[in-house]
Amino acid sequence: MTLEVLRFALRGLAANKLRSGLTTLGILIGVGAVIMLVAVGNGSSQQVQKNIERLGTNTLTVMPSTSGGRGGGGGGGFARLLRAAGGAAQQTGPRAQAKSLTVDDARALADAKSAPSVKSVSPVVTASSANATYEGTAHAIQQFVGTYPAYFEASNDPVARGTYFSDDDVLNDRKVVVIGNTVAEDLFGTVDPLGRQITVSGVNFTVVGVLKTKGSSGFQDADDVAIAPLPAVQQSLTGYGALNQIVVQAKSPKTVDAAQSEVTGILNQRHDITGSNTADFQILNQASLQSAISSSSRTFTVLLGAVAAISLLVGGIGITNIMLVTVTERTREIGIRKAIGAPKGAILGQFLVEATVLSLLGGLLGVAAGVIGSQFTVVGVQPVIVPSSIALALGVSVAIGLFFGSYPANRAAKLRPIEALRHE
Amino acid sequence: MTTVLDVQDVTKVYGTGDTAVHALRGVRLTVDQGDYVAIMGASGSGKSTLMNILGCLDVPSGGRYLLDGLDVGALDDRRLAVLRNRRIGFVFQSFNLIPRMSALANVELPLAYGGVKAAERRRRALAALAQVGLADRVGHEPNELSGGQQQRVAVARALVTSPALLLADEPTGNLDTRSTEDVLGVLDRLSADGRTIVLITHEDDVAARAKRVIRLVDGRIVEDRRAAPVAGPPPGPMGTGVRHR
Ligand SMILES: Nc1ncnc2c1ncn2[C@@H]1O[C@H](COP(=O)(O)OP(=O)(O)OP(=O)(O)O)[C@@H](O)[C@H]1O
Ligand SMILES: [Mg+2]
Repeated sequence: MTLEVLRFALRGLAANKLRSGLTTLGILIGVGAVIMLVAVGNGSSQQVQKNIERLGTNTLTVMPSTSGGRGGGGGGGFARLLRAAGGAAQQTGPRAQAKSLTVDDARALADAKSAPSVKSVSPVVTASSANATYEGTAHAIQQFVGTYPAYFEASNDPVARGTYFSDDDVLNDRKVVVIGNTVAEDLFGTVDPLGRQITVSGVNFTVVGVLKTKGSSGFQDADDVAIAPLPAVQQSLTGYGALNQIVVQAKSPKTVDAAQSEVTGILNQRHDITGSNTADFQILNQASLQSAISSSSRTFTVLLGAVAAISLLVGGIGITNIMLVTVTERTREIGIRKAIGAPKGAILGQFLVEATVLSLLGGLLGVAAGVIGSQFTVVGVQPVIVPSSIALALGVSVAIGLFFGSYPANRAAKLRPIEALRHE
Repeated sequence: MTTVLDVQDVTKVYGTGDTAVHALRGVRLTVDQGDYVAIMGASGSGKSTLMNILGCLDVPSGGRYLLDGLDVGALDDRRLAVLRNRRIGFVFQSFNLIPRMSALANVELPLAYGGVKAAERRRRALAALAQVGLADRVGHEPNELSGGQQQRVAVARALVTSPALLLADEPTGNLDTRSTEDVLGVLDRLSADGRTIVLITHEDDVAARAKRVIRLVDGRIVEDRRAAPVAGPPPGPMGTGVRHR
């Protein structure tokens, strides 16, 4: 009997192939859109997350404040790539005599007693567009960074080949350098750069390591960089003036905020910042930037999901409409079936199965379309499928079929045979 | 003698107020098991209305209708469906075959709802179609059949379940003499087997094959004439009587 009902339903669908096909298409598009758009949203948020993560972990970046900016968080370790990112002055009010960041400031921050949450401190100077040459080949390095070895860990810059420079190199003022992949390729091509010398501003630097590729962050090439000991860079490129930034690494993700307040306290004291005047430095906190960005990308995903959900709903209304038309059109048939002894359940079952098959078929095809579509890069974003979105979209599409199909089917099944038979 | 149909003062009013049509104005009728009743009357006299009530397809506006002693008005939907499926074979005046389904599938349908297995269903449906002389048309869909052929498919569908009660609303209305004879022959055989038959007809020679003739005028029974005893065989062609098989 159940089998018969199933057969009747399939026959009913087959009798109207175009209509069944179009209804299925509606659901297909709805389900596919949900999966695809959620995957795009998820993919872009993961991409942003990754971009932030490769800038370093648990880091705070202290930069001189160029303007009396408003308060708020910011990003850390981020500065190298996102110099323009809005920073934060700690207080508002008239600015005291602005002091620049110095190596002494960095040394004070490294004091384990007054800053127990701080793991390492790296003073940083940067020279942009430093011209480097190797045997006649020239390349303008976008960022030439002078710092301490702790910088590599803090800013998440592992080397792919060779080694980092050491504290010893810093203390002894050695001219060694770790270069980014772009620099290595441009200057050396296929030649192994390790141990060779490049000339920057007339000073020879020995290459000791090549950084792991970070890729483009969308703003600039993160691999077009060279990192050398602080005194070497100061001597040859930037001079012994102010630091561009101090990168502070906290001991753990939990202590980032504590570290930030310790750093703020120490620098406030050293720079004579009191309640009424504006700080002359700003601190970019990577964690807060990360959470700000991830919450905004969540909003983005939800928005995409909502748009997709609407298209799913429209698909559902399509099913309801088709079922209404089908049932109305076949009221006579329903009357005949009831007259020869079809129970209400069989009639109801037949139309419910029709609706469910339409929505399930559309749903499954939609899942296939969504999964296949997610393999392609969409406007520069590699979609990442959220498994729960598949279950949700499929579940919703079947529920829609059952729910919206049951209304007209129930109405038809309740008719007295003669009423249905007289229906024209 | 058991009473199969017991119609007690049944009325049927279509519509309300000024436009109300009194199709049945108090019909009182009992039919015993094995009887063969022909209902006659002018067009619009309420024959089909009565038949639909007898077939449990419609409900009376007033009065009671008992089938096998059960008050049909008190049965729920599920039991009504079983009743229609197992006990009653109904031939409609307008065939009412399901479009886009072959003659065979149409005839199999009541068996499918009755839960009969596929092979058995097919065998019985083919036998029923052969009985009405359509063995060579089983694969045709209704729109590929003539009016008379459609009517015979409808008859085959009504008798495929071997119902104890066969209700036929002008089963020979669209048939030529030969096909009419085929269908009436089938009905005669069913009657001889002891099944109860009620049919509507306009033709006197069809009515002459019944054991009892009822005449309706304006929703009332005006004549109830017995032509042959309930227990005996139906009168048969030209009143010669049909031999038991
Ligand atoms: N659904 C309906 N709504 C309103 N009036 C109806 C309806 N069905 C039948 N009638 C009216 O009821 C009366 C009886 O109709 P019925 O169909 O029973 O006649 P009949 O005796 O079968 O006629 P015929 O021999 O032409 O088939 C007619 O006057 C008809 O107009
Ligand atoms: Mg009629």
